[in-house]
Amino acid sequence: MATDTMVMVSHRAGRLGRSPWARRALSLIGVLAVWQLIVWANEAVGFMNPALLPTPAGVVRGASEQVAEGILYLDVLYSLYRVVLGFLLGAAVAVVLGCSAGSVRLIEDFLDPPLEMLRPIPPLAWLPLFIFWFGIGEPSKIYFTAFVAFFPVYVNTIEGVKFTDPLLRRAALSLGATSGQMFRLVTLQAALPQIITGLRLGFGMAFLALVATELIASNAGLGYRIMESRNYFKVDWMVFGALMIGLIGFTIGSLIRAGEARLLRWRPRDEK
Amino acid sequence: MGYLEAAGVRKTFEVEEGEPTVAVEEFTLSMAEGEFVALLGPSGCGKSTVLNIMAGFLRPSAGHVLVEGQRVTAPGSDRGVVFQEHALFPWMRVLDNVTFGPRLRGVPRRERLEMGQRFVDLVGLTGFERHWPRQLSGGMKQRVAIARALTNDPKVLLMDEPFGALDAQNRRMMQDELVKIWAATKKTCLFVTHSIEEALLLADRVVTMTARPGRIKAVHEVSLARPRDDAAPAFVTLKRELADLLQQELPEEAGRVAGAESRGKRP
Repeated sequence: MATDTMVMVSHRAGRLGRSPWARRALSLIGVLAVWQLIVWANEAVGFMNPALLPTPAGVVRGASEQVAEGILYLDVLYSLYRVVLGFLLGAAVAVVLGCSAGSVRLIEDFLDPPLEMLRPIPPLAWLPLFIFWFGIGEPSKIYFTAFVAFFPVYVNTIEGVKFTDPLLRRAALSLGATSGQMFRLVTLQAALPQIITGLRLGFGMAFLALVATELIASNAGLGYRIMESRNYFKVDWMVFGALMIGLIGFTIGSLIRAGEARLLRWRPRDEK
Repeated sequence: MGYLEAAGVRKTFEVEEGEPTVAVEEFTLSMAEGEFVALLGPSGCGKSTVLNIMAGFLRPSAGHVLVEGQRVTAPGSDRGVVFQEHALFPWMRVLDNVTFGPRLRGVPRRERLEMGQRFVDLVGLTGFERHWPRQLSGGMKQRVAIARALTNDPKVLLMDEPFGALDAQNRRMMQDELVKIWAATKKTCLFVTHSIEEALLLADRVVTMTARPGRIKAVHEVSLARPRDDAAPAFVTLKRELADLLQQELPEEAGRVAGAESRGKRP
């Protein structure tokens, strides 16, 4: 694939539009070019103080500085630790509660009203309270991330479990399934696509929550680094921090997607 | 006493307003071990309701169903079911679907795969063991469903219009296949259908039901040797006789609609 693209670029530059990969690469190069043009135009016109406007070269320099100072990997580790732990915690509670509420009507009737009341409130509104309760250390960040990740996972799990095809249940019953086997081998399997959808959405939300907690109260992590860089007018560092967050989110998102493709390879292609 | 017995089965469904609907009434049937009975009737006559009661998915409002003298109260592995839609587990490969029953009983993997293989071969799906259901045609999916029910070695096989969703050609092929499969396994079979020809091709006995409420209208022994020739005079005679019987049931159901449509054209 890569070789094809290279050939395309060198020999048939006029037909770049034919390869989607070439188009995508071109688009990214275009963004960088426009960015650099804006920087130059600003230097010529003086629209704002050039020190406030990050440059592509500056961001690359910022990256190497952070690596050299040894803070980048620490920030990444901190952020990963918080988001992964928080996400796993929230997702685990959500899957357990979602499965219970989805299969037992009584549990759903008790769980649903309070959760439905909480759901429309933007979760960030609770962040100050979490800091109040759990301090500015790790617990408040992890619990808050878990809290935010919980909702999409819970809602999707409950739907998936509740709407398992009744025909498949009947088939399993007449093959002799006990209720434990029914849950483990049929309901959970049938709900898996929707549970994974919930996990994917939940992870996105967890990431958002993480950055918010790091921006507000922290002494390490990618979000913290952005805030700190702001205090020192290091605009290049701020942009680099944002790009790093995007990169990590993209990487983990791709991992989830790969896991999904592997787990759900039984699904018809058009349902994916 | 029969191997599979239904005695005085009645089923009513509650409706929002007015009297409950009577779907099935006074349904009494006794099947011998190894017998193939077709339950024939117009759509909406309650024949699927009867099957669902036998399977244990529905409770009868009155009467009862016995399998080898044991009263049916819930679904169970002694009554295998093949549904109109294949009802295969989409996340399991063909052989895993087929061996799901033995798996539930804790049969070791190697052993149950051997059991399953026998029935995969019997339904003509050798070579498709590792396929996902989504990769199979409608007819092949029903073959898997039949193999899955048979691998579990039920006492009774209940089939609810299993070929109803297939096109005519596939349907005919599956009917021929089923005759062979049945000859090889000699299972006690109850087969629900609205096709007279299908009932006559397959069954030892054809039980015809009335439309709403569903009652047994007539029972015909089919003593023709299998495989049956649908052009044979005896077959055609029986077919006409059953067609006349069903025709009498039509005015209550489709007859009203058909009458309204054609009223203008009649002289």
